[in-house]
Amino acid sequence: MALIELKDIHKSYPLDGFDLEILKGITLQIEKGEFVAIMGPSGSGKSTLMNILGCLDTPTSGSYYLDGNPVENLTPDELAEIRNQKIGFVFQGFNLLSRTTALENVELPMVYSNTPAHERLERAQKALKDVGLEERMNHMPNQLSGGQQQRVAIARAIVGGAPIIFADEPTGNLDTKMSLEIMQLFCELNKKMGRTIILVTHEEDIARYADRIIKIVDGEINSDKRNKKK
Amino acid sequence: MIDTATTFSIALRAIKANKMRSILTSLGIIIGVAAVIIMLAIGNGAQITIQNEMKSMGTNLVMIRSGTSTSGGKRMGHGSQPTMKAADGNAIEEKIKGIAMAAPVLNDAGQVVYGNANWSTSIVGTDNRYFQIKDWDLSYGRYFSQTDVKNAGKVAILGTTVVKELFGDVDPLGKTIRVKGIPFNVIGVTSSRGQSGPGMDQDDMIYIPLSTAQKKVTGISFPDMVNMIMLQAETAEDTYKTQDSIRALLRQRHNLGQNKDDDFVIMNLTQMMEMMETSTQVLTILLGSIASISLLVGGIGIMNIMLVSVTERTREIGIRMAIGAKSWDIRLQFLTEALVLSLIGGLIGVIIGLIGAGIVSYFSSFKAVVSVFYILLPFSFAGIVGLFFGFYPAYKASLLNPINALRYE
Repeated sequence: MALIELKDIHKSYPLDGFDLEILKGITLQIEKGEFVAIMGPSGSGKSTLMNILGCLDTPTSGSYYLDGNPVENLTPDELAEIRNQKIGFVFQGFNLLSRTTALENVELPMVYSNTPAHERLERAQKALKDVGLEERMNHMPNQLSGGQQQRVAIARAIVGGAPIIFADEPTGNLDTKMSLEIMQLFCELNKKMGRTIILVTHEEDIARYADRIIKIVDGEINSDKRNKKK
Repeated sequence: MIDTATTFSIALRAIKANKMRSILTSLGIIIGVAAVIIMLAIGNGAQITIQNEMKSMGTNLVMIRSGTSTSGGKRMGHGSQPTMKAADGNAIEEKIKGIAMAAPVLNDAGQVVYGNANWSTSIVGTDNRYFQIKDWDLSYGRYFSQTDVKNAGKVAILGTTVVKELFGDVDPLGKTIRVKGIPFNVIGVTSSRGQSGPGMDQDDMIYIPLSTAQKKVTGISFPDMVNMIMLQAETAEDTYKTQDSIRALLRQRHNLGQNKDDDFVIMNLTQMMEMMETSTQVLTILLGSIASISLLVGGIGIMNIMLVSVTERTREIGIRMAIGAKSWDIRLQFLTEALVLSLIGGLIGVIIGLIGAGIVSYFSSFKAVVSVFYILLPFSFAGIVGLFFGFYPAYKASLLNPINALRYE
């Protein structure tokens, strides 16, 4: 069975007495170890799809199997548990806790999985080393560059051993050089560490790094292609 | 669920991040706890003062004094009409169940002289039961002997104030003093009791046998006369229960017909003391509850700031939820923060309260007494207030939707 299996996912929001349908029946399979880019213009529903895939939101109808388990009807607390165990997030705005060192930010997911303190420390240090930040473990986010902050966020996403990493416009706030570095890091995570990476972006240049590109237009899958360049 | 140590370290970090605001938030709790401690200490001090007075007067005490007399239409005060005899006391002690002991008292006042020194003091004619009822030891010397009482011996036991005024550093034992001109041999000195009330020095007294007072020192209007009989009941309850039978016995002994008023007054000191104690207790509770209102107001302050804090930190809550915090984890985080805030406030309040109680004791004649219970009470009350008022903001935080929280600017 595929790692992610969506069947006929619909999502609508009530708006002025009507239901505004954002996703109009998405059916999709993503295997373990894939590097997928989800593309689409703004308003296409790619963020909504991302939220459902990331277990931040539940679909109005349809079924979603994550790692073989149905997740479409779980309670918010059960979804939190799934996110903690299976999913790592990397956001456009980094979303690190301010006034908190890089190390402590990376430890955070393990705080909520109740990992013992010494193990948290060891694994957080290793994750920061993996993203090349061993020199800056005790820096606060405001003492780090954008690229470095995004590396901390990536370390936080991989530290709990989550098989899937969701990256929502991870390079949106970075310049070209830093974007390049971050994308190379994602490739490394995908190829060397076998993590499944799902990337949401609107930039062709960034989507190029993925093996498979899914285009969403108007709440439906417009195209789903293997990336031929690779 | 996350472990307690981590929860507290997260809370402390959040509190430290906004030091000034945290202090101002806790200020209500600080003032509340300090006020409760000082108020309770004052009430407690008043109660202890009364209890000590009660102890020094003797426990389960009932006094019987001669009744009022009427002279030319004017009613005189208690004791103005001498009616009581020492034998009345002995009869009560013998016949009334529940009365342990009765001591006769014949009061007088006069000048006492030793060498060049002289001093005006109270003279009490009584017997050894007086000291037993008051549970009063001699610091040295001896009590009255059988012979002293039988032969109206001219012996005296002195209070410490009299000893100081007459003898200074000289040992008074065996010395002869003159009481209203009559020579007395000093046989003992009472231990010091201090004041029993404003201006009432219990040590400014000398004690002589009742028989001596009656026959040689005080002019009495009929044989065996006393001013007062001091009774000790077996229990506090007996001080109430025995009153009717004492009254009946005395009326019979004084041959009072049915339509005649009592010629004596029974005063239940225990009852009076208990009433005073109850009123100070009520005062303590009143002061404490007024002060705890400020604690409550402090709690509202905490709720206010916690609500602001939840709004300000919406994004942080979103991040925590996205990476796996359950609603309980978020609730616990803010609840712990409110609890820690109020406990820190409580701790500072305890310190200020203790200092305040010390200042009150130091600058007034009044003694504010702090007890462990009266410290723990407001401190734990502060904790409860923190939890109570922290609950709503914490609950509100836990209801946030992670998607909206993450988008919050």
